[in-house]
Amino acid sequence: VRIAVTPDRIVGVVALVFAAVAPAILSAYWVGALLTQMMFLGIVAASLIFLSAYGGMVSLAQVAIYGIAGFVLGNATTTGNTKGMNLGWNPWLGVVVGIAIAVAVGLLFGALASRSVGIYFLMITLTYSVIANLFFGQVTSVSGFGGISGIPTPGIVGSPDAHPNRLYYISFVTALLIYAALRYIVRTPFGLTLQGLRDDPIRMASLGYNVVLHRTIAFGFSALVAAIGGVLFVWWNAHIDPASIDLTATIDVLVIAVIGGLYRLEGAWLGALFFVIINNYSQRIGFIGPRFHTLIGAIFLVIVLVSPGGLIGLWERAVDLFSGRRRDPLDRTPIELGQAEPSV
Amino acid sequence: MDSSLRQPAPALKRRAHLTVAQLRALRIAGWTLLGGVFVLPVLWVLFMAPTTGKFATTFGSAVHDPKDFVITVVNGVTAAGLYFVVASGFTLIFGLMRVVNMAHGAFFLFGGYVALRLQRNMVGEGSVFGLTSSQVSLTNWVVPALAGTAVIAGMGLVMQQLFLRWNQGQDLRQALITIAISIILADQMLAHFGGVAEDIAWPGTFDKFVNLHVAGIQYTLTRLVILAIAVGIGLLLWVWLKRTRTGMVIRAGVDDRAMVSALGINIQLTFAIAFVVGSALAGLGGVIGGSFAGLAPGVDANWLLYSLVVVIIGGMGSLGGAAIGALLLGLTSNFSAAYLPSDYTYYSIIFTFVLVAVVLAVRPLGLFGRPA
Repeated sequence: VRIAVTPDRIVGVVALVFAAVAPAILSAYWVGALLTQMMFLGIVAASLIFLSAYGGMVSLAQVAIYGIAGFVLGNATTTGNTKGMNLGWNPWLGVVVGIAIAVAVGLLFGALASRSVGIYFLMITLTYSVIANLFFGQVTSVSGFGGISGIPTPGIVGSPDAHPNRLYYISFVTALLIYAALRYIVRTPFGLTLQGLRDDPIRMASLGYNVVLHRTIAFGFSALVAAIGGVLFVWWNAHIDPASIDLTATIDVLVIAVIGGLYRLEGAWLGALFFVIINNYSQRIGFIGPRFHTLIGAIFLVIVLVSPGGLIGLWERAVDLFSGRRRDPLDRTPIELGQAEPSV
Repeated sequence: MDSSLRQPAPALKRRAHLTVAQLRALRIAGWTLLGGVFVLPVLWVLFMAPTTGKFATTFGSAVHDPKDFVITVVNGVTAAGLYFVVASGFTLIFGLMRVVNMAHGAFFLFGGYVALRLQRNMVGEGSVFGLTSSQVSLTNWVVPALAGTAVIAGMGLVMQQLFLRWNQGQDLRQALITIAISIILADQMLAHFGGVAEDIAWPGTFDKFVNLHVAGIQYTLTRLVILAIAVGIGLLLWVWLKRTRTGMVIRAGVDDRAMVSALGINIQLTFAIAFVVGSALAGLGGVIGGSFAGLAPGVDANWLLYSLVVVIIGGMGSLGGAAIGALLLGLTSNFSAAYLPSDYTYYSIIFTFVLVAVVLAVRPLGLFGRPA
């Protein structure tokens, strides 16, 4: 089998090689703080891009689900926190239970929201997200405003401070596996059906497909991906509190996905890298200082106004320009499409 | 293709094999379950809530303590008034233009801050706890309230004309634009107004207790003022939408934008008017909310949540739906906070979710929602 050499693939291979050798060439701070963060934020953003690109559902509940996995993991594995359940379980058991509960909640969320699409779906999932934030802020038996601290990692991961490369490589491999799994799923009959539902739910329903069930399963699957991102976040941060999943955090992941393009999975990590670097270095620019969110909001606004395909869209335009290819004017990004049908 | 996925949907298949009697039984079971969700809490509040033991509540059942029951009802209704003021602006904009204004919460907070700063400029900074109502005259509240409302109305107009006018119909893009604006606004408000919670002071005229003449209850006048403002706004909106020419154009525009435009009516002007009014209501809501519950970073998220919940359960774009939605939300949040067992009151936020979940399960478009 001959594999065609395209600009996308060249860049992809270079990025992978770079990511694999990054600990050898970059400082421990870059690897431990920035690139690891990029990996798990990219995973959460990928769960959103998967839903939006292949299911036509722009969800704002991904951060809530990521937080639920993180809070369950924190409650299950810690001891000695003033708030929370302090169960002191094995870290791996905490991971399994955390992901399982997050996916269960994701399926419930999905089942409730799946009869709506487009802007309605966005609004409904936003209410989930804000309610989850308020829940963890108010219910002191699982968190309270202080959150859960000192969350342990399994032995193989070790302390992220002492061994930043271990968590980095674990996040990197996890991200790769998730990317591969998502690419695989969208080619399965399930994935093709999902794309059919995105394009014409009424026709698919009349062909006998169960629209709500497929959407719910897709949402549950994206919850699994987001929950894995939540576990990595908690390992990295050793702490989680309601501010980790507040409206700002929810919108940050949306910003990452939109900067990435919202229609190609690779965009998730590209957007995350961009976000993490801006977040880290903008503070050094005198007139911006602590006003990172004003800057990222302005960037987000410009992207939505000028290049709805995000950075990936800019890249594709550049490739088209050099290769002389013309794109179909009807080939529009999800952001530019209106949603005709509010519900099925 | 995997053939199993191309089978008729399970629900359809199952139904095809059911007899009419079985279907009826299923339907009855469904309604019973739904009824249980509503009836059980009502029974709990009316008769069952104890005052002692493991599940002790603060007040006990309504039969046991009718006075606090009445207070909770009035609390719920007055809170609903404020929810309605804020959410009616949201639903007005959505109903006509299909624009989900995600900056509605940020507009709320900014309107509140404008009024707060103006009030402090007029009266002085007061103590570390801010001003007290005895220092504030009616003018010192009404003028800032009008100013906050006007500033947000102008802001909404600018946002609509600059960013939303040229991409009508791309509703996701418009929602993302308003999200971007809300990020910037929230961050700038944090920079300029700080992270400390502050209150707009009610005027002394409002800040007192009145006798409700029900079970001898002395009730805060401010909450009744909120309710009066909400009812007034509801009536004005109703008259405006049902009895005036602009309202008629707006209602026609909700149904068929293209046809209204083809009839030679300037629909862009109508859009601008609706956006100004909708934003003004967010600003006014922010002033009232800032006097009632205070202003702080993060409050914008809460009020965006309340607006979303109200329109999701009431049905988007429906004014009557917003009123019903606000009432349901106000009563649910107040009753769950007052009648959950004392050790569990912090779970009351769950009931907001349950309310949304139950309505969505039965009516995905909300109680008064219609397909676009």
